[in-house]
Amino acid sequence: MRPDLEIISELIAPESRVLDLGCGSGALLFHLQADKSVNGYGLEIDREHILECVAKGVNVIEQDLDEGLANFSDDSFDFVVMTETLQAVKRPDKAIDEMLRVGREAIVTFPNFGHLACRLQIALQGRMPVTGHLPNQWYDTPNTHMCTFRDFEQFCRDRGIPIRERFVVNNVYNNNWLINRLPNLFGTTAYYRIGRA
Amino acid sequence: MATTREAEYPQDSVGRVVPQRAVWDVPFVLKSGSRLPGYELVYETYGELNRSKSNAVLVCHALSGNHHAAGYHAGETRPGWWETAIGPGKTIDTNRFFVVSPNNIGGCHGSTGPNAINPETGKAWGAEFPQVTVEDWVASQAALADLLGIERFAAVIGGSLGGMQALYWAIEYPDRIGHAVAIASAPWLSAQNIAFNEIARHAIQTDPDYLDGGFLEAGKIPERGLMLARMLGHVTYLSGFGLGQRFGREIRRGDLSGRGSLEFEVESYLHYQGRNFAGKFDANSYVNITRVLDLFDLRAKHGGELAHAFKDATCHFLILAFSSDWRFSPERSKEIVDALVAANKGVVSAVIETEHGHDAFLLQEPAAYHRLFRAYMDRVALGCG
Repeated sequence: MRPDLEIISELIAPESRVLDLGCGSGALLFHLQADKSVNGYGLEIDREHILECVAKGVNVIEQDLDEGLANFSDDSFDFVVMTETLQAVKRPDKAIDEMLRVGREAIVTFPNFGHLACRLQIALQGRMPVTGHLPNQWYDTPNTHMCTFRDFEQFCRDRGIPIRERFVVNNVYNNNWLINRLPNLFGTTAYYRIGRA
Repeated sequence: MATTREAEYPQDSVGRVVPQRAVWDVPFVLKSGSRLPGYELVYETYGELNRSKSNAVLVCHALSGNHHAAGYHAGETRPGWWETAIGPGKTIDTNRFFVVSPNNIGGCHGSTGPNAINPETGKAWGAEFPQVTVEDWVASQAALADLLGIERFAAVIGGSLGGMQALYWAIEYPDRIGHAVAIASAPWLSAQNIAFNEIARHAIQTDPDYLDGGFLEAGKIPERGLMLARMLGHVTYLSGFGLGQRFGREIRRGDLSGRGSLEFEVESYLHYQGRNFAGKFDANSYVNITRVLDLFDLRAKHGGELAHAFKDATCHFLILAFSSDWRFSPERSKEIVDALVAANKGVVSAVIETEHGHDAFLLQEPAAYHRLFRAYMDRVALGCG
């Protein structure tokens, strides 16, 4: 299994109800269904991805995340998952609010703008960072709300959102003493499990 | 001669088909409380039932459909109404599935309905034929399944009113259905839809040849009323954009000067569709079946809660809608999907981009529709063993 999905899967309790926002090919839900008896639903808009979900026997609903989650009632899910997308939605703060309304807990992952490579490019070249984990140019990037781990954690503190678990890795999904010591400098992606305020 | 013609059927068609008939001599008490002394269903089947009888698929027709869903009747050049979807190698692949397609009670193409003889009077039922419901249809389809030795359908599939039957199967016979496929459907009829149906009924019932439903006895057909009903229906089944694409403002004949009577292409199309329909469809059936639609409400027996209606369902659902369908809009399918999620049921749903409106479910296009439908049917086939 893909190492990033392995990490998320670790954060999800067996037999729970899971909503995966932007579920892609359905790989995470397929794994959770098979190994953890999870009852999952994925939201997706890409036609090819929807076909892949159907082929895997994964529940998939065509729905645009920017139109919100108003059609789901409060407490519909145990976990609402959003992988690598928080930085690309119109209003990340409202997305988090909605995830924690529909689900009891949320799992979010996003790329770290505070990584050493980003800091060096801005500091030394005076240019917007283009790195292995952030490959787009400033003009074509979908990532309109970049933040650092520290920013996100401050956001959670300000709103009283408890961070239940955090797992930080580099761009080959490894996690070492250096990353654990200085995650905001050496980590490229973080996996957060957060709860309600 | 016959063999020559059969060789000309397209490779991906089930070819020549012969309707079959099932007869029940026992009374059938309808949901309305009325009683049919007995009833008959005319139906077609395509493909082979496997030894474990696990590959049966029920196809439910919509308002103007019937049992002839695929293939060709002897001497006819037009195939069944869902030839685009049913056949060897097609979306509903008859190499894999045994497809059962009945004509519903209240219809007018062979099953017991207003144009059949009431054995108790010796005359055609006419407008006296009792009001039927989706519930009655599903019960009669289950009786047909019993007769064919089918314990459980791998899938029950339908578009529009056909989709409503599939949803009802999921709720009423949870042990007898593996998958429910509802395309361009709705959980209940909106006021707007009831309004359109009433305009159609009014057109028929005020036609002087309708004779309070007694036109058969008098040897007449309320052609103007049926034509109007069908022309109205057709406009609502297509999108404005789609009509424009297809017919534009092209004039078929005549002009402003008054030479010949002016007729736009779109008018010509509607006239043809209306006239053709009036010659084939019984007016009392049309009145009865539009009422079947009006009366449909999945929530009715479940305290007005759609999610609650689905609570006992065990099958998996495919819910498809078409972007330009305003008669049964994507929002209506979304209501079904949201209720299924709230009820914890397995579901796949998508909105297919197309300008073809409600009628898209009958068409070969758009490709995305059949790709997804087919991918889903592959899953259904996996479950057939």
